Amino acid sequence: MSSPSTFENVSLLRPGEERRLPWYHLVVTGLAGLLVAIALLAIFDVLTVPSAILLGFVLHLLFGYTYSRIREGRRWAMDRLMTLVVIGAFAIAMFPLFSLLWAVVGKGLVRVIAAAPTPFAFWTADMSGVIGGADAGGVFHATVGTLLITLWASIISIPVGLFTAIFLVEYAHHGWRRRLGQGVTFLVDVMTGIPSIVAGLFGLAVFIAFMPDQSVRMGIMGAVALSLLMIPTVVRSSEEMLRLVPMDLREAAYALGVPKWLTIVKVVLRTAIAGLSTGITLAIARVIGETAPLLLTVGMVTSVNWNMFDGRMATLPTFINQQYRAGSANCMSDTVTNPVNQEVYACSITTNIDRAWAAALTLIVIVMILNIIARLISHYFSPKLSR
Amino acid sequence: MSTTEVTPDTHEGSSVSLQSSRRRLGDSVFSALSVGSGLLIFVTLALVAIFLTTESMPAVMESREATGSASGFSLLETTLPLVFGTVLAAAIALAIAIPVSIGIALFISHYAPRRLASTLGYLIDLLAAVPSVVYGLWGGLWLVPRLEPLYLFLNQTLGAWPTWPGFVPWVGGDPVIALFAGEPHAPMRNLASAAIVLAVMVLPIITAVAREVFLQTPRLQEEAALALGATRWETIRTVVLPFGRSGVVAASMLGLGRALGETMAVLMILAPGATFSFRILEVGMHQSIAANIASKQAEASGTEMSLLIFTGLVLFVLTFLINAVARWIVARSGVKS
Repeated sequence: MSSPSTFENVSLLRPGEERRLPWYHLVVTGLAGLLVAIALLAIFDVLTVPSAILLGFVLHLLFGYTYSRIREGRRWAMDRLMTLVVIGAFAIAMFPLFSLLWAVVGKGLVRVIAAAPTPFAFWTADMSGVIGGADAGGVFHATVGTLLITLWASIISIPVGLFTAIFLVEYAHHGWRRRLGQGVTFLVDVMTGIPSIVAGLFGLAVFIAFMPDQSVRMGIMGAVALSLLMIPTVVRSSEEMLRLVPMDLREAAYALGVPKWLTIVKVVLRTAIAGLSTGITLAIARVIGETAPLLLTVGMVTSVNWNMFDGRMATLPTFINQQYRAGSANCMSDTVTNPVNQEVYACSITTNIDRAWAAALTLIVIVMILNIIARLISHYFSPKLSR
Repeated sequence: MSTTEVTPDTHEGSSVSLQSSRRRLGDSVFSALSVGSGLLIFVTLALVAIFLTTESMPAVMESREATGSASGFSLLETTLPLVFGTVLAAAIALAIAIPVSIGIALFISHYAPRRLASTLGYLIDLLAAVPSVVYGLWGGLWLVPRLEPLYLFLNQTLGAWPTWPGFVPWVGGDPVIALFAGEPHAPMRNLASAAIVLAVMVLPIITAVAREVFLQTPRLQEEAALALGATRWETIRTVVLPFGRSGVVAASMLGLGRALGETMAVLMILAPGATFSFRILEVGMHQSIAANIASKQAEASGTEMSLLIFTGLVLFVLTFLINAVARWIVARSGVKS
């Protein structure tokens, strides 16, 4: 606190007084900034809450800096300014998160709860027979599709990813295996960076190269495309977890005469099981929201398709996209009648958009459940190795 | 602590040879599976490259460049505007995301109370957990109408100003790059909106790496700076930021790779066009490779499909190169992420 400048100003300070200003000066400059912002915006007649907060923050930076520069000096003023800027950066990042969650929950929940004909029918109905602006239909078919395709992607990816991680950690130590291991590590990095649309093109190109029908689309194609995106994340997280297992445990097992593969299964994997499950759950959560590959490989239908190897499938992400694309519906009257089964539905212009929001809510709920499961696993089941 | 439940074998004379041969069988099966999985990664990536190349060959062969005739489609004229749109959107997204990410990473690593830091980090990670199609929905329906006043303001105040003086003859662009010029009109499905949503999507990626790097700053150097009377900001400017520079560069490259390859946010927000315009507020001027594939694949077949796969190959090579450079920087700086 004793730079030369303070030394000159020392007469201004009472004995024992800090050169820094107390915190409430910050509140004063902050309020001043906000008030001036509101006044300015009101004069130009563009006053809204976000614009007032934004301009208020900028003015606060200005006022706080100037005030602090006069009272505390250049260096502390800069420090205060940067503290505010850094906090502002964090607040900027929180804004999209909360506004997105607010929009999805606010708009989606209404549609899910108030779905015709019974509450939560949105989760048990599919889109068959839903025409025009009919305020009906749901995402049961899409949820089934999403879960099935993700399940198959996991069935492909988890063994491959896990064994690759085991290879990298347990086998790639000497000679040609070491070199292969280095190559695999590099390629896994490359795979992590594959754009999802390219994964979709791959899934499509592989199947249409071997199928007579060029327009073939089925669930397994989507699962193959998704596993291309899932394998690298599984390898990455599993490798990290397996490397955390102490060498002592392996050596103790070898000393007891346990074969290498049994050591890996019963010692290494068992010790790392919590971390592995967490990583795999997060990989599933990442892949379950992928849209672009599924857009190319599985198409869209209006009813449930349980068969992964035959026919198109609906999934939640592609359903959201489709309903969003459909936009607002046409309503000639208050009701829509299905010409086939003569059922009468209420007509709503916003029905497609509402369904998109509700499906987005469904998807986010699934992703969040997976994330919470992952955190719970790592919280309750991780072995207390260190710390 | 989980212990082994393996019962050590009692090596009786008669069963030793049987035991060891069975062991060898188990071991060789397991090692074959592991090595096989490693090789499968090689094969898969080779297949990706091979399939994308072979499936895009028909388009290359039929293009104007290959046949030399004046009719038909041009490979370059189709691909280059898409590459331009992809790169421009990603560049703007990064220009927004990098400073904000550095700020967030500093906030979590050096400003926030220690007890809150991990929770705040988790909030940022939540941004990465939101599916891209939900970002697209939010961007298209919620954000775009709300950005309109901002765009009109920028257009009116800064529209006449050249943001970057210079002539770009090879893309035939404006003599002066004026980002906010032109005549934006509602709905604002322009490149700026897409880039803003892309920025939100790459924020958590850049933040995660930058945070790790900043936390690895040698404690002694920071304390030395503080002991010399530096303020917190001076410590960060003189110690933390120089130490983390290469890490931040690598993180930005990873974010760039993600922004280049992102499909849904661009597809759902941007009204497509095919120009080399730098006017990011004008609607219907740009399109990205990924969004172009997604929007045209349903009706495409034959040569059209092949052309789409060719653009996909271009995207693959582009992201591959950028990721390789990023990994190389990370490996060189010795940062664990």
